[in-house]
Amino acid sequence: MDALDGNAIAGLLRDVFGTEMTAASGTCAVCGATRPVAETRVYVQAPGTVVRCRSCSSLLMVITEVRGVKCVDLRGLAVLDSTPAG
Amino acid sequence: MAGTAVRGRLTWQTATVSSLTRETPSVCTIALDVPHWGGHQAGQHLDVRLTADDGYQAEREYSIAAAPGEPVAITVERLDDGEVSPYLTDDLRTGDELEIRGPVGGYFVWEAGPHDRPLLLVAGGSGIVPLRAILRHRQRTGATVPTRLLYSARSLADVIYREELGQYHDGVQVSYTLTRSQPPGWTGHTGRVDAALLAEVAWPASQDPVAYVCGPTNFVEAAAAGLIGLSYPDQRVKTERFGGTGGP
Amino acid sequence: MSPVSRGFHGRRRETPGQSGRVPPGQYLTTDFPVLSAGPTPHTPLGEWTFSIRQGRDVTRSWSWAEIQALPAETITVDIHCVTRWSKLDTMWAGVSMDTLLGQVEHSAGYVLAFSDGGYTTNLPIADVSDGKAWLAFSYDGGPLPAEHGGPARLLVPHLYFWKSAKWVRGLELLDHDEPGFWETYGYNMYGDPWREQRYAGD
Repeated sequence: MDALDGNAIAGLLRDVFGTEMTAASGTCAVCGATRPVAETRVYVQAPGTVVRCRSCSSLLMVITEVRGVKCVDLRGLAVLDSTPAG
Repeated sequence: MAGTAVRGRLTWQTATVSSLTRETPSVCTIALDVPHWGGHQAGQHLDVRLTADDGYQAEREYSIAAAPGEPVAITVERLDDGEVSPYLTDDLRTGDELEIRGPVGGYFVWEAGPHDRPLLLVAGGSGIVPLRAILRHRQRTGATVPTRLLYSARSLADVIYREELGQYHDGVQVSYTLTRSQPPGWTGHTGRVDAALLAEVAWPASQDPVAYVCGPTNFVEAAAAGLIGLSYPDQRVKTERFGGTGGP
Repeated sequence: MSPVSRGFHGRRRETPGQSGRVPPGQYLTTDFPVLSAGPTPHTPLGEWTFSIRQGRDVTRSWSWAEIQALPAETITVDIHCVTRWSKLDTMWAGVSMDTLLGQVEHSAGYVLAFSDGGYTTNLPIADVSDGKAWLAFSYDGGPLPAEHGGPARLLVPHLYFWKSAKWVRGLELLDHDEPGFWETYGYNMYGDPWREQRYAGD
């Protein structure tokens, strides 16, 4: 099962965060790699959406939908900057 | 409620199929009449949601094939084991309704500007769709940024928008690589997109180009790695990975 | 309310006479969808072990060869995924968890299954005993493919299939119920498809 990338969940993320997030910059809490959310490894074929660091595969975000309510866990991100410079 | 979406907000709304164009035996462009469309950028996509009569729903995303300012359209490739794509390419009729949400995507977008870097577009199979939107946008804005497209497909019959791509002459160079079968007398490339092929076709890194790579995951990984190997900086290689098996 | 998409049915198949075998809210599929929360691990069989642990102690561990030497069973079961697909009459082969747990002295009430790649899922010990669970290494007559959890996965067909941990490497014995991966993110601690226990609080 090939992973997709953050582009595949652009709609979901905008739904959850209320703003466009694929160009946002995320920093992995485990290895410190900083990349646009679009460049994360995303697994969409699962009971929830799993977003992993492209460098070290650690969990960055997990998004589940429980009885119609979206639950977002961002513990794996040290930083999520929705307006990165440059 | 569908249909009452605020312009520009990302909620589901109901669009109507205004026309269907068969691009190849397995690829169809679906033009949509979208009541509350706030415009889009080249490279963005939209989400499509289908609902069966028992309430079962399936959602997929498709890149927008149209340039900003043109009527919204998506180009869909039928995946043999697909649940949604065969419905869109084979069963949909003009006048049918489709629930859509979008546009989405702020990373894989290209805007024409006064000081554009040379543009490299690398497409694998149906990855050509957002890149075609970029090319159309470039053309519509009269941009002159030097552009190269490398398009990898299984065979000539699988090349989407072939006629249209053949019409770009003003600063756009189009190269094909046909990986499974080639027509007699084919003088184009035949190998998979890798560092060697990119070294021949891509802008040299010294020209400070920006690259957009789109297609199935394996294709994108190989092409992006190839460009990094040619010293393209990470942030100058934008990638979008598609699911499914519609690759070269 | 979403408008109905004329003529769209999705991948579901209705098979006459099967309704008693399909739990509420599920639909039948003849595919075997691949669901994953991470990259497919590839542990060489020479390095692979299955362990039963209590705290930091490995109480018992088996190599691949040792597992293959144990009596195995072939079973045909229906499986039910929380993402709503059910697949009937799936054929597996593996070693019963009773065989493995029977070699360990314990008084644990619960287990936490753990897998390569970090996945975990929790179960009461009763649900991995008494012929209800297997360490499965064969599917449909052949070796279990990596994408479906090979070389071996936990197989607990009476619960939602997220409890049948792919790439399983062992069980941790616990005296309390500890949420695993999906349970932490809002899924049910138990997961009985017949009571439609998908989410926490169901």
